Amino acid sequence: MYGRNWSFRITWFRILLIMLMLGAVAAALYRFVFGLGAVTNLSDQWPWGLWIGFDLLCGIALAGGGFSTALIVHVLHRDKYLPIARAALLTSLLGYIISLVSLFLDIGRWYNFWRPFFYWGFHSVLFEVFWCISLYTTIQVLEFGDIFFEKVKFPALKKLLGYMMTPLLILGIVLPSLHQSSLGSLYIVAVDKLYPLWWSMIIPFFFVWSAFFLGPAMVTIEGTLASRAYGRQPELPVFQSMTKITMWMMIIYFIVKMIDLNYRGVFGMAFNGSFESNMFLIEMIVFILLPIFMYAIPAIRTKLWGVVTASLLVVVGVVFNRMNVVFTGMAKSVGGSYFPSVWEFLITLGMWSFLALAYLFIVENFSILPKEEHTHSTHTSYGTGFNV
Amino acid sequence: MSKSVLVDITRCIGCRSCMVSCKSWNDLPAEPSEFSNNWDSPGKLSADTWTNVSSYVLEEGDQLKWRFVKRQCMHCNEPACESACFTHSFVKTKEGAVIYKPTELNEDYCVGCRYCMIACPFDVPGFQWDKALPYVQKCRFCYDRTKEEGLEPACVTACLTGALTYGERDEMLALAQDRMSKDPRYIKHIYGEKEYGGTSWLYISDVPFDQIGFKTEVFNRPVTQRSIPSLTWDVLKWTPYIFVGWGALLTAMRAYTKRRAEVHNEEDLYGPVDPKE
Repeated sequence: MYGRNWSFRITWFRILLIMLMLGAVAAALYRFVFGLGAVTNLSDQWPWGLWIGFDLLCGIALAGGGFSTALIVHVLHRDKYLPIARAALLTSLLGYIISLVSLFLDIGRWYNFWRPFFYWGFHSVLFEVFWCISLYTTIQVLEFGDIFFEKVKFPALKKLLGYMMTPLLILGIVLPSLHQSSLGSLYIVAVDKLYPLWWSMIIPFFFVWSAFFLGPAMVTIEGTLASRAYGRQPELPVFQSMTKITMWMMIIYFIVKMIDLNYRGVFGMAFNGSFESNMFLIEMIVFILLPIFMYAIPAIRTKLWGVVTASLLVVVGVVFNRMNVVFTGMAKSVGGSYFPSVWEFLITLGMWSFLALAYLFIVENFSILPKEEHTHSTHTSYGTGFNV
Repeated sequence: MSKSVLVDITRCIGCRSCMVSCKSWNDLPAEPSEFSNNWDSPGKLSADTWTNVSSYVLEEGDQLKWRFVKRQCMHCNEPACESACFTHSFVKTKEGAVIYKPTELNEDYCVGCRYCMIACPFDVPGFQWDKALPYVQKCRFCYDRTKEEGLEPACVTACLTGALTYGERDEMLALAQDRMSKDPRYIKHIYGEKEYGGTSWLYISDVPFDQIGFKTEVFNRPVTQRSIPSLTWDVLKWTPYIFVGWGALLTAMRAYTKRRAEVHNEEDLYGPVDPKE
């Protein structure tokens, strides 16, 4: 198995992804030559748009599967979750790379990107975000090295990485915990700008907590997609037992949210009929309470469709929450309007196409997913759905 | 020590000589403007317009009142932009000016992340959207004029009606109190005294501030009086403790639960996926 050559099958779907990626590269080059104004719809009122709001904030949150699985598998040693551990690490690593790329595209004076390593603006939340993301991406590359050197034989390096693995794993949980929360702290500065239903001194807690409970849901979605794409049996028992973690964390999230709103005396704003309040109610009812109930009812939880639908709600819900913080909650106070340009969408699409291609290449060439014999016994035919 | 400007709304006649002198002293290009139904032109602050005069027509019974408000960077006592910047590109000088070091002192660290623009409660900093390597730009309180040449800011020098007064901040506060006590027309509020921890630019007015575009209330609550950096710091100061504490807790948990670990061989568990399947 390991002596096998590199392989990458080309399908029409993959050609489409490659085209999107090349289009994005061209648009990105244009942006570097002619500036942000030439490509984006950003303005002084809306300095942060799609790339920061979606690719960075959501990308990092969606990559939360990495650190929550690492905590469950490698710190708490719940071995039954091992089958999904490597896939979670991989998608997390790719998600972080996307976020770094989008950050790099978005900064105006990009050749200065390394400056914060040397001029310590430690009173800035962005400083913490920058350091943690850079360090954690490095750590994930090293963690991935362990897998990489299984195929590319280099025993000395693999051994060295083996020694480093425990501290790397611990740092690989501490750093993302810190910066998932500080992505929320970024908005503490927006007091009197961000709508009070979202602005809170404990917004860092909401961000890190939701990134954590998003993890198992994200792993469920990724696992289901991978099993359909490759005609494998989805790891349903693993998905199901993870729902308990997500459900209880979401219940705590909801309770803390309610206490926080009451404590700040803005609970009534959730029902004042404004656009913000309606978006907030959708966020709470459709994307928090509904999945909690779906996870709580065995008849839904134990079916593949049930666990996948509920997980999808959780994932979309976290994206919805981040979008509310970046756009909905800011709209009233900053005025003006922002809708991403076609070029912004193209670059975003290209980056996520790259992510999909990289994932496909890596799982087909490295040992990421569990071997078939672990799931083969009850194999039924999936994977006729679509042809990646 | 900290310099300040008192803006007296009652004395401003909207002549805009402050805008012209600002452009000419700082070599700022003109901005193309469009015809519109008001007297605001170009209407807002930007990378090329560091001060702007907005006009307001207020109806009081059958009377009309014209009021003009000069806007520029407020030069906060504890600026949000300074605390938000992760490369120290903004600094509050002891003279009171909040300056942008890349263009002012040639210390080119700015990465153009625009977090300062998210942070500023007055929406002041402008970004050079049309440049390939853009700077953030805003009023610098004529730092070069005041510090090196001992002059007043260009806009203050240009003001014909005495609407702008330049001096020590505590003296300007005293002057404001003095004018308010002598003339009952003034609203009993000095805008900038306490807002967001206080600013170097202070305003007094005879019409309510919320009617002439000042941020006095947000989401039906008065604006924050604490400085924004102190809010952020309340959260950020926990970082080292969380780092050490959470790290120690994780290490302990890993050691405690390790008993069953390493019984499996990961290389047997995982394998590459066969794409041809």
